[in-house]
Parts: sequence; C-alpha cells; structure tokens
Amino acid sequence: MSAFKEARHLFRFAGLFVLAFLVFLVVRHYVVPKSFGEYGHYRGAAIGEVAAHPVKFAGHETCESCHTDILEVKKNGKHAHVNCEACHGALADHANDPASVIPVKPDAAVLCARCHTASAAKPKGFPQVVPTDHSNGVPCQTCHNPHSPAMDAGGAK
Amino acid sequence: MNLSRRHFLVLVPAAAIAWKSVLAGTPEDSPNYKMTDHWWGMLIDIPKCIGCGNCVRACATENDVPDGHFRTWVERYHVTDENMVSPQVISPDGGKEGFPVAEEDAGKYFFVPKLCNHCADSPCTQVCPVGATFVTPDGVVMVDQKYCLGCAYCVQACPYGCRYIHPEKHVADKCTLCYHRITKGLTTACCETCPTGARQLVDLKNPKDPIHEFLKTHSVQVLKPQMATGAKVYYNDLDGSVR
Repeated sequence: MSAFKEARHLFRFAGLFVLAFLVFLVVRHYVVPKSFGEYGHYRGAAIGEVAAHPVKFAGHETCESCHTDILEVKKNGKHAHVNCEACHGALADHANDPASVIPVKPDAAVLCARCHTASAAKPKGFPQVVPTDHSNGVPCQTCHNPHSPAMDAGGAK
Repeated sequence: MNLSRRHFLVLVPAAAIAWKSVLAGTPEDSPNYKMTDHWWGMLIDIPKCIGCGNCVRACATENDVPDGHFRTWVERYHVTDENMVSPQVISPDGGKEGFPVAEEDAGKYFFVPKLCNHCADSPCTQVCPVGATFVTPDGVVMVDQKYCLGCAYCVQACPYGCRYIHPEKHVADKCTLCYHRITKGLTTACCETCPTGARQLVDLKNPKDPIHEFLKTHSVQVLKPQMATGAKVYYNDLDGSVR
C-alpha cells in the first residue's frame, strides 16, 4: 500500500482527466446535431432541408392534366417538346390555386424572337429568321399559332 | 418486464410512429423516393443548344439565385480557324437574356451551358473544414447552409467555378440539381424549360434511362477529365477548345 501512497496525486490527476472526458461527452452530445454522421461526415438532416425548398415550376405533366385542349394542339406540332413553362414561366402557384392565380399571357414578340432570331452562333438546322425582314412588323401570332407554329397548322389561338 | 400480447400490439405501431418522426425531414421519408436507388447526372447536347437563356432564368426563379450570381450559365464560344487554342468566350449576364446576334464569318460558334458537375470525387467537398458540403448517397453535391461558415475554400477548390458566396446569407451556394424537384419525380427547372431538349436530367442507376444507350452511341465527354473529379455532367459533341 505504501507504494500507492506515493502515487495518490497521480490518481487525483487521472480523476481530473476522467471528469474532463465526461464533460466532453456531455457537451458533444448537446452540440453535435443528431443526424451528423447519418450518411457520412455531415449533417444528414441538411438533405431534407434542401429538399424542402418550394417548387415554382409545376412541370408540364401538371399543366397537361387540366389543359388537355392545348396538349391536343401541341402534340403533332413543331413545339410538341417545348414544355409549357418554357414560354409561360413558373406557374406552380397557378397549379396550386387555379381560380385566384391567373397567369399573364406571355408577349409573343419577345418570346418568339428569343429563340428564332437569326444568328450565326445558332445550330444551322434550327429555324431562324431576321424578324424585321420576315414579317415587316406583323405580329408572329397573325400567321403562327405558338402552340403549333407551322403555317398550315392555322393562325392565332 | 411482463408484456402481454395486447400491449405489444399497441407498442409496435407507437414505436413505428416515433421512428417516423425521427426520420422526418429526410428525403428517405418522402414516398417512393429512395436515395440509394438513384445516381443523378445531366446530359448536355451541345448541337441542340440555341443560347436562349431559358435555363438561366428558370434556375434563378426556381432557386432564388441572387442577381449577378449563377447556379447555371451559358457560354458562347467563337473558335477561329487560325486560333484553336484560345477561343473567344462570352457570357453576358450568364446568358440570362440570350446573346447578341453573331455575324457569319470564318470559324465556328457554339453554346456551352454550364452548371455544377456533381462530381463523385468532388474537390469542393474535400476542402470543407466543417463538413458543410458533401455528396449525397444519390450523387448530388450539396451545401448545408446552417453549418457553412462562408470561408469560401470550396469556391476556390471547384475547378469549374460553380460556387459563389451568397451576398445576403454569407454562405456558399450552388446548384442543388433541383433536389427539391427530383425527389418529387419532377425534372430540374433548367431541363423543364429547355425548349430544344439540350439539357436532360439523367439517372445513371436507372437501367431504363435512355442515357445508357446515348453514351454507347455518341461522342460524350466531361469537363476537365484530367482532374479525375468524377464529373457527372456529360457533354455530347463537346469541342476540344472548351476548358
């Protein structure tokens, strides 16, 4: 026992270490988020937080579930694969509440020109016109229906 | 503890509900979505891009991207016959409002839409000192904005320039591959609004995804392959002058 008597101060010191370790565990328990390490060295709950962001573009399937008449016009035309919100803009609010959120009709003069103004930079096969030469100021939708733009598909809708 | 059959039958659903609430908020909890079933990427078909800027505008709207910063942007390359090494590249306001009309001349033009490459071995996630950026089990590189300190190490580490410090939140911000949409079965805002189908969301773990056939039959490349980042944005028919 006498040998331990000399080492008593070491036991006290070791006790301090154990206490500090316990404090560390307690503090760690409170400061490290529950989901940390769930999938890797990061907070797993962050994935859910990113996924909780509100959707603003409803997606064409949503539009088509009500606007079946437009889908009929579109489906055989050149714009069959141009999704609704590519021109009409983000309309999830309208899809959630069709009665009170009324979308603004897009301006064809801006929209048609955005894609179809001739430029040497665009792919050669893509239909392009110089707007001033092409129509002499006549609005696009006089001759083209934006939902099915070929001339034989009929004019404005 | 003595547990009767009746008590056991009551306890099991209660425990299940409690476990549900523990999991709440993770996409694993959203119906029909399992992270381990997906490995997301994107296909960019260069010959289809017309530089309209729809993707840039849609991204800004969908994700509240502050003005002057971009989660996706479009570059226009002009490669002249004499100088294949240093092409002229423009991207006015990220291509948000389209591009000025180009006159026909020698050399070629093409558009290159860019976004986070959602690298499998991403340099940006490796440098984060606090574990605030990471690759999810379904292959999306994300920022935990509650954990991020805004030190911008990741902004410097990204070889593609896809990250920025959000001017109001003062934390790193980047493309989430519209994670809030793809976990609900929608496509990304940029793919949804691309009029020519130049951008397509791809799921490399889905054997029915047309990407597998496309990759077999087309000349496809990723950006900076020499950096071995494991980039998952595939570019079809990409010109060698693109850096």
